[in-house]
Amino acid sequence: MWDYSEKVMDHYRNPRNVGKIDDADAVGSAGSLACGDQLKIYLKIKNGIVTDAKFQTFGCGSAVASSSILTEMIIGKPISEVRKITNKDIADQLEGLPPEKMHCSVMGYEALEDALQGYEDYQDLEDIRADEDKKQKIVCTCFGITENVIWDAIKQNGLTTVEEITNYTKAGGACGKCKGLIQDIIDTYYKKEESKKTEGLSPAQRILKINSIIENQISPELQKDGGDITLVDIDGNKVYVKLRGKCSGCKNSMLTLKAFVEMTLKDAISKDIEVIEVGA
Amino acid sequence: MDKKLIYLDNNATTRVDDKVLEAMLPYLKEQYANPSSMYDFAKASGHALKEARGQMKDFFNAANEKEIIFTSCGSESANMAIRGVLNMNKNKKHIITTKVEHPCVLNLYQTLEKQGYSVDYIGVNSNGELDLAQLEEAIHFDTALVSVMYANNETGVIFPIRKIAEIIKRKNPQTKLFVDAVQVAGKIPIDVQELGVDLLGVSGHKFHAPKGVGALYCNSKTVITPLIIGGHQERGKRAGTENVPYIVGMGKAAEIASDFLKYEATEVRRLRDKLESGILKNIYNARLNTGAAQRVPNTTNIGFEYIEGELILLHLSDLGICASSGSACTSGSLEPSHVLRAMNVPFTAIHGSIRFSLSKYTTEQEIDYVNSVLPGIIEKIRNISPYQDELAELKKLKNNL
Ligand SMILES: Cc1ncc(COP(=O)(O)O)c(C=O)c1O
Ligand code: FES
Repeated sequence: MWDYSEKVMDHYRNPRNVGKIDDADAVGSAGSLACGDQLKIYLKIKNGIVTDAKFQTFGCGSAVASSSILTEMIIGKPISEVRKITNKDIADQLEGLPPEKMHCSVMGYEALEDALQGYEDYQDLEDIRADEDKKQKIVCTCFGITENVIWDAIKQNGLTTVEEITNYTKAGGACGKCKGLIQDIIDTYYKKEESKKTEGLSPAQRILKINSIIENQISPELQKDGGDITLVDIDGNKVYVKLRGKCSGCKNSMLTLKAFVEMTLKDAISKDIEVIEVGA
Repeated sequence: MDKKLIYLDNNATTRVDDKVLEAMLPYLKEQYANPSSMYDFAKASGHALKEARGQMKDFFNAANEKEIIFTSCGSESANMAIRGVLNMNKNKKHIITTKVEHPCVLNLYQTLEKQGYSVDYIGVNSNGELDLAQLEEAIHFDTALVSVMYANNETGVIFPIRKIAEIIKRKNPQTKLFVDAVQVAGKIPIDVQELGVDLLGVSGHKFHAPKGVGALYCNSKTVITPLIIGGHQERGKRAGTENVPYIVGMGKAAEIASDFLKYEATEVRRLRDKLESGILKNIYNARLNTGAAQRVPNTTNIGFEYIEGELILLHLSDLGICASSGSACTSGSLEPSHVLRAMNVPFTAIHGSIRFSLSKYTTEQEIDYVNSVLPGIIEKIRNISPYQDELAELKKLKNNL
């Protein structure tokens, strides 16, 4: 038996806003009958505000609870706010979902997004979804999950493993053939994040960051072995350092530099960093 | 909430019979001796063990008590039989089984495939019945083992073991036959001699003995290696000091079960049929997943179209009713049951399939109660479904029948 929160149980026992809106302004759906869960959401929108919402769900307890609470979360809210709702918000409102059931909250988010996308007032689509075409590519054919959905799940929930992706989106949960692709998406996502981190740094911020990494990460490590390191200068990607204590003159000092200092800086700042030791 | 318990999940596990518990208690209390010991104090447990072996021999109608090996569960019985046979026939690398076996068998075969065995998985038709022609064709000179369950745990469908044994004798008399009989023990008679099987496994907790004890029948012409190596217990076939109280319990349960076979075939079947026909009559989106297939008397597997199984179970559970589902959401995996998929149950019904399994403890009032509340539960869930048009269509169809 799943360990459902009281809130989840309340919502599948007494689902709110069940049904269809015949003259809905926006309709969205997610999932499919074949995959074991499907959700449809209907919205009435007036002057940019969601005035009514209804849902129909084919799915388990947590799928019904996710849809039900979602309608409560959006009724009376301006579109601009509704747009910001993530699957995590849905799960949080339900006081949590079992990890294996997180995909139900993702489905709620997907259906909502689908509805808003179809709604004409939804303009700034472009910014939100860059390289749209690429991301509409189906990654998991068993469940028909697109790269898009996986990308959002990673972003909204900070997922790092294929197993987590499966819990949140179902992708990878059947034949497993797509697991390699999912791993690629995770890798790509974090590489992008990484480069975003440093690309945005001004030269001054970059120097500060290098300095702080040397002081707070590298130096304490070297001190453990009775040595230390001082930052001398930074010129573009070249980082000039001076070694003190036991490390200096030690035969392994070049190794220490290359393998540890450089690696640490490369990981944190950029692959192009080069570390150069200056006169003892 | 004050609710009564209506337990209709007896294929998962069963309640321990009071008489079984009573028979066990002395061996948990004062008669704790190791049956292998030499002193007089050990005589009682030694005798009890022997008596239980006799009870299991009778339960299977085996020729000899030496053909009974006590194990810890159904999974161990299966693992021991399969690995034991293969180890004794190292030159043969081919195995035949079915697509609908219990995971304790299927997962083992998947492991063996990685170790160089080739395994044929025989399919079933839409009623869940085995394709005997396919099975016959698959047997060849290299086939070490055919492994077929007696009845399926999800559908209750019985496989024609005697026919299968005859086919094997005809095609390759060297090939051994292992039968996972976990789901028939206590439901229909088991007669290993009449069936012509080489090995057959059962699990105590499925017929009102406690969890943690099982048995393997291994006929005297079949030599197997042990799975657990150590002391001389079970004639060297299964080391470890015998679990006397539990073995005594299973022996007693087997004896009681034999007496109840008639009740199973009449009363339990009648109640199962009453439940089943009630559901099919009163709920328009219900379908029997097994058609006209021959089944054990206690099991029914029903697909509710356009709604999802976990939600049905949750609502049933709120009323104290225990059943189980082959839906993806409850199986812990993301896919619906491999059994229902092998049967090609339509995708409109596979996620909403529920198994009810009765026992001798099931009462008429319980069945009547379930029949009275289920239509309301199903209707409530139907009303949430996005497939209102399809459901309306179904309803029309059923009304016109
Ligand atoms: C057909 C079948 N075989 C084997 C087993 C495994 O039995 P045990 O749980 O005693 O290992 C089960 C139990 O669910 C079963 O239904
Ligand atoms: S393609 Fe993703 S699980 Fe099969």
